[in-house]
Amino acid sequence: MKRQDAATVDARRIDPDAEPIVRMEKLNKHFGRLHVLKDIDLTVAPGEVVVIIGASGSGKSTMIRCINGLEEFQAGHLDVDGKVLEPYGKASRALQQIRTEVGMVFQQFNLFPHLSVLDNVTLAPMKVRHASRKHARQTAERLLKRVGIADQSSKYPAQLSGGQQQRVALARALAMEPRLMLFDEPTSALDPEMIGEVLDAMRELARDGMTMVIVTHEMNFAREVADRVIYIHQGEIVEQGTPDEVFDSPQNERTQSFLARVLTY
Amino acid sequence: MDVTFQFDWQAAFASIPYLLKGIPYTLLISFGGLAIGFLIGIFFGLLRISPMRWLRWPAVAYIEVFRGTPVLVQVLFIYYGLPQLLGGPIDAITAGIAAIAVNSGAYISEIVRGGVQSIERGQREAGLSLGLSRVQTFRYVIWPQAFRRMIPALGNQGIISIKDTSLFAVIGVGELVRQGQIYIATTFTALEVYLMVAVLYLAITLTLSIGLRMLERKGLVGQ
Repeated sequence: MKRQDAATVDARRIDPDAEPIVRMEKLNKHFGRLHVLKDIDLTVAPGEVVVIIGASGSGKSTMIRCINGLEEFQAGHLDVDGKVLEPYGKASRALQQIRTEVGMVFQQFNLFPHLSVLDNVTLAPMKVRHASRKHARQTAERLLKRVGIADQSSKYPAQLSGGQQQRVALARALAMEPRLMLFDEPTSALDPEMIGEVLDAMRELARDGMTMVIVTHEMNFAREVADRVIYIHQGEIVEQGTPDEVFDSPQNERTQSFLARVLTY
Repeated sequence: MDVTFQFDWQAAFASIPYLLKGIPYTLLISFGGLAIGFLIGIFFGLLRISPMRWLRWPAVAYIEVFRGTPVLVQVLFIYYGLPQLLGGPIDAITAGIAAIAVNSGAYISEIVRGGVQSIERGQREAGLSLGLSRVQTFRYVIWPQAFRRMIPALGNQGIISIKDTSLFAVIGVGELVRQGQIYIATTFTALEVYLMVAVLYLAITLTLSIGLRMLERKGLVGQ
């Protein structure tokens, strides 16, 4: 990690007294008989970068997918940016509003294959925010440049590499000017040589003060950008703290054994 | 004994201007029926995948009934049967269009269902996560992709329905086969004329096939 990065990360201002963007209280979710999330308590402050780690099947993806209503929960409280999400996935005005203000990047990119790169990025601003084509286009070009994909805007997703596709997906989400970004294993489907470019784009976003909740297996990245690391085991938050606390002196033995398995560097 | 049969090319060609009079009817019934059938197919195809059982059930019933009965029986029912209910006659062309519509509609419902269901769940999630409504997600994300995947199956159904219209000679619509029958009644050149009838069907269906192939190739961009 570059010294300078650490300095900028530290300079980001997280106001602990500010109204949290995400507030989960005693959130419970079942898939049939499987209890996937057990009494999850989580608050995310504006500007905070939270990284969630844990084994596959531990419920970490499910947890962030609850935040924008892609998964329903059965019990507990969840509000996002002050808007309350009802249990059982009831479609509501609040859910719609939350989705316009929360961006998401998926493991499989999920770009729209029938639309050009530019149209992928301008679709939601034009249809949801009723931006003019010209304005949406300018925003898209600025964002594509920012994630390092200038001059490819007329291409189709299939013509891009995985790393490029994921960066377009990031630009697409940012075009809605979200207050919170969710990342669901954004580098897990990428070839190793393309992981770096996606992490770089995310790192820059964190540096600019975006509030982020990230599910990832990239432990070095987590240590570098996270304000807080959360370890989930079988649907429960077992441990959380600063990266130094969780990675260097984990208190819980399940965290210890998980880290012993994944921290191979 | 000499039994050599001489194929009478002259008779074959002579029948063509007469047969061509049937083509507008064949096309009108096929494409009129298919256009309505496509709308029916979208409607019931989407009901068929509704999460609500009371919406799904009528779609299943419609599809099973009209896919499970012959189009000939359907057109006879509409042309001879329905007037008894309605109290007035239905003209043969309307009956033909209606029969193709309800019949192809049942098959197209299943094509629509398959097309929409073939789109990966992540596409819907990406649309919703961007704040698009469910309707917008369907219209701008799911449907354009699903429609492209449906093109080959829709082409198939189009060709089948065009050929099905040949059955409607029995209710006296002046389509291709009917024109052939009338012509043969006076010239007794069944071999030549039916061959020409077949060639004309082939001309219509091949044109459609080629058109669809071009459409498909155009749709491949970005896939």
